[in-house]
Amino acid sequence: MSTNTATHHDDHGHPTGIMRWVASTNHKDIGTLYLWFSFFMFLFAGALALGIRAELFQPGLQFLEPENFNRLTTLHGLIMIFGAIMPAFVGFANWMIPLMIGASDLAFPRLNNMSFWLMIPAALLLMTSIFVPGGAIAGGWTMYPPLSVQNPSMSVDMSILALHILGVSSIVGSINIITTILNMRAPGMTMMKMPLFVWTWLITAFLLIASMPVLAGALTMLLTDRHFGTSFFDAAGGGDPVLWQHVFWFFGHPEVYIMILPAFGLISTIIPTFARKPLFGYASMVYATAAIALLSFVVWAHHMFTTGMPVAGQLFFMYSTMLISIPTGVKVFNWVATMWRGSMTFETPMLFSIAVVFLFTIGGFSGLVCAILPVDIQVQDTYYVVAHFHYVLFSGAAMSIMGAVYYWLPKWTGFMYDETLGKWHFWVTTIAFNVTFFPMHFTGLAGMPRRVPDYALQFAEFNMISSFGAFALGISQLLFLYIVVKCIKGGTKADAKPWDGAEGLEWTVPSPAPFHTFEVPPTVK
Amino acid sequence: MSPNTNNYYVPSPSLWPLIASIALFLMAGGFAMQMNDIASGNFVLIAGVLVFFYLLYGWFRDVVKESLSGFYNKQVDVSFRWSMGWFIFSEVMFFAGFFGALFYIRNISLNWISQSTLAWPGYSSWTEFTSTWPTNGPAATQALEAMSPWGLPAINTLILLVSGATLTYAHWGLMKNNRKQLTVGLILTIALGAIFLYLQAHEYAEAAFTMDSGIYGSTFYLLTGFHGLHVTMGTIMLAIVLFRVLKGHFDSHNHFAFEAVAWYWHFVDVVWLFLFIFVYWL
Repeated sequence: MSTNTATHHDDHGHPTGIMRWVASTNHKDIGTLYLWFSFFMFLFAGALALGIRAELFQPGLQFLEPENFNRLTTLHGLIMIFGAIMPAFVGFANWMIPLMIGASDLAFPRLNNMSFWLMIPAALLLMTSIFVPGGAIAGGWTMYPPLSVQNPSMSVDMSILALHILGVSSIVGSINIITTILNMRAPGMTMMKMPLFVWTWLITAFLLIASMPVLAGALTMLLTDRHFGTSFFDAAGGGDPVLWQHVFWFFGHPEVYIMILPAFGLISTIIPTFARKPLFGYASMVYATAAIALLSFVVWAHHMFTTGMPVAGQLFFMYSTMLISIPTGVKVFNWVATMWRGSMTFETPMLFSIAVVFLFTIGGFSGLVCAILPVDIQVQDTYYVVAHFHYVLFSGAAMSIMGAVYYWLPKWTGFMYDETLGKWHFWVTTIAFNVTFFPMHFTGLAGMPRRVPDYALQFAEFNMISSFGAFALGISQLLFLYIVVKCIKGGTKADAKPWDGAEGLEWTVPSPAPFHTFEVPPTVK
Repeated sequence: MSPNTNNYYVPSPSLWPLIASIALFLMAGGFAMQMNDIASGNFVLIAGVLVFFYLLYGWFRDVVKESLSGFYNKQVDVSFRWSMGWFIFSEVMFFAGFFGALFYIRNISLNWISQSTLAWPGYSSWTEFTSTWPTNGPAATQALEAMSPWGLPAINTLILLVSGATLTYAHWGLMKNNRKQLTVGLILTIALGAIFLYLQAHEYAEAAFTMDSGIYGSTFYLLTGFHGLHVTMGTIMLAIVLFRVLKGHFDSHNHFAFEAVAWYWHFVDVVWLFLFIFVYWL
C-alpha cells in the first residue's frame, strides 16, 4: 500500500508479475482483465447451455434430473448476463473510452480496479453454489417467488449475495464511467463530437445507476422474506408474489438495454469504418439511444402480461413497448443508410456487424410480436420467447462483442489477427446460431414450454436440429479463443491505424497502445 | 515532492481494491453461512467486517493524504462532485424501490386480496379480509398496533430538520474561516444524529410489532431500518470530518469531503420526510 510514495509517473514502463494485475490502476490492464473474465464466463455458461441442449436432444429424460435441468437454465442465464455480456462491455468501456475521448485513464482508477475484483467473489459464490447441499439456485434467473422463497438451499442466498456484490461493482463502475465521460474529455471533444460508443455507454451507465439499486432492493426483500420473517411476497401476510415481478422487471427491462445499447455503439463504430462513410444521422442516433433508455423505464410489465394486471395496465405496457420500435428502427435505418453506396469491404468485424444488423432486427421484430398482448398470452413462457431473446442477446450483444474484439485486436496486441480463421469463426458462429435458435420460433409458436426438460414427440426434429446447432456454436467459440491467443502471440505487425476508413483518437496512438496514453490531453478540432 | 497538477491524477498501483474484494467475499460467504445455521458463519462474517473496516480506514487514509499533498487539481475535484451526485442518485433509486413496493401493496395488491373469494380450506378468513392500512395480512391471528406518528417520529423529524440547519451553520463557519463555528456546528449535527439513532432504537424496542407482523411490519422495518443505517453512516462520516477539522484540514476553498457529507446528510433528511409522511403518518 505504498500508494503515496510514488505518485507521479516518470517511468513509462509498467509493474510486472502478479502485482501488475491485482493492484492495477491502468484502464487498459483492467479492461483486459474484464475481457478475459467475461470470455471464461461465456465458455462456462455456454457449457451449461450445452447441458440443456444435450438433455433436449431427444424427448424423455436422458442425462439430467429435472431439478438439475432447472439449475442449468438458471445459472446459464445469470452467468451469461452478469458474468459474460455485462463485463465484456465494461471491458470495452475500460479499454476504449479513455482512448476515444483523449483521457489519461478513467476518473477513479482504483475504484475501477475494485469494480473488476468484485466480480471474482460474485463469480465464486455463484459457481460454488452448485456444490452446496440442496444444489444450485433453480427457479430461473428471474428468481420469482414463491419458488425462490421456499427453496431451502443455501445456494439461493449465495446467489442473492453474489448479485448484491455485482450490483455494487456495476454501480461503482458506472459512476466511474459517467464521471469520466462528463469530466475527462479532451479539449474540443464536445458532447456531440463523442464517438457513438461513448454516447451509448454514457446512457448505459445512467441506466445501470438507476436500475441496479432497485434490484438491490428487490433482492433484499427476497432475502428477508427467506430468513427474517417479512411478507413482501407472501399474500398471507398482505404481500404479493407479483410485487417481486414488478420490482424485478423495473430493473430487468433497463437491464436488457444495458446489454444492447453498448452493442449499438460498437457496430455504429465498425460499420462506418468498413463502409468508408461517416455514420449516417449521428445526432438522430444519440437521440434514439436516449429515447430507448427513457422508454425502458416504462415498459417493464410486458414481461408479466399473463401474471395478473388490469387491462388498462396491459394496454399501457403494450403501447409503450411498441413505441420502442421507433427509435430502434431509426438506428437500423441509419446503419443501412451508412452502408448505402459505401465503399464496402468485408473484414471479419464488418461481417459480424452486418450480421448483427440483420439478426438483431429479427430479434427486434419477434419482440414486437411478443409485445402484442393477445399474442403474448399465447407465446408467454414458450420457446418463441427463448428464440426472441437469443436473437437479441446472442446475435445482438454477443456477436457485436466478437466483431469489436476483431476490430480492436490490432490496437490491443499490435498484431493483425488471422483474417481467414476470423472469417471461418464468423460463418460457423452465424450459421450455427441460426440452426440453434431459428427452429425455436416454430416450436414456440406450436406451444413448446420453456424450462422443461422433456417435451412432446412432435417437437423432436426441431429440438434435434437445435441441439446440433448448439454444439457447433459452442465448439466454434474455441476457435475464437485460438484466434485471439494466436494474435496475442504474434503475426503481421499492425499499423497505428490498420483500417483505412477508421476515425477516432484511438487510432492516433501506436499499436499496441502504450501503457500510458494521452497523459497530456490532445486537442480535438 | 511537489505534485504535477497540470495532469489528471492517476494513482499508483494499490492493493485496496483486492482487499475490498476479499472483505466482501468473506462478508457475503459468512452471511450466507450464518443464515443457514452453519456454525462457522459468524466467524467468517466477523472476519469480513474487520477486513472491511481496515479497508475503509486504509483507503480513506490514502485519499486524505493525497488530498493534503495537493495531488487533486480542479479537474479531479469536479470528478468528485459528479461521482458523489451520481452516488446519491443511486441511493435515491434504492429507496425508490422500497417506496414503490409500499405504494404497490397499499394501492393495488391489498385491494385484490380483499376482493378474494377463495373459500378453500385454510383460507376461510381471507374472504372477510378488507383492505385497510396498516394491516398484517389476511392470515394474521392478532390485531396490529401500528406506530403513531405524533410521538417519537415527530420529534425525530424535528431533530433531523434542525441537524440540517446546524450543518449549514457549520458550513458557513468554514466558508468564513471561523473554525469555532465550524466545530460547534459539526458537533451539534453529530449529536443530533446520535440522538435520532438512539430514539429510533428506542422506538424499535418499544414497538408492538416486529418484522414478521405481515406487510406493515415488513415495509416499516425495512424502510426505516435502511434509513437508520444511512443515518448511522452519515453520522460516522460527519465524525470523520470533525476529526479532520480538529486536525486542521480544510479551508474555505478546499473542502469537498465536507460538502459531500453534507449532500449525503441532506439526502438522508429528505428520505426521512418521505418516511414520515408515507410510513408513519398517512
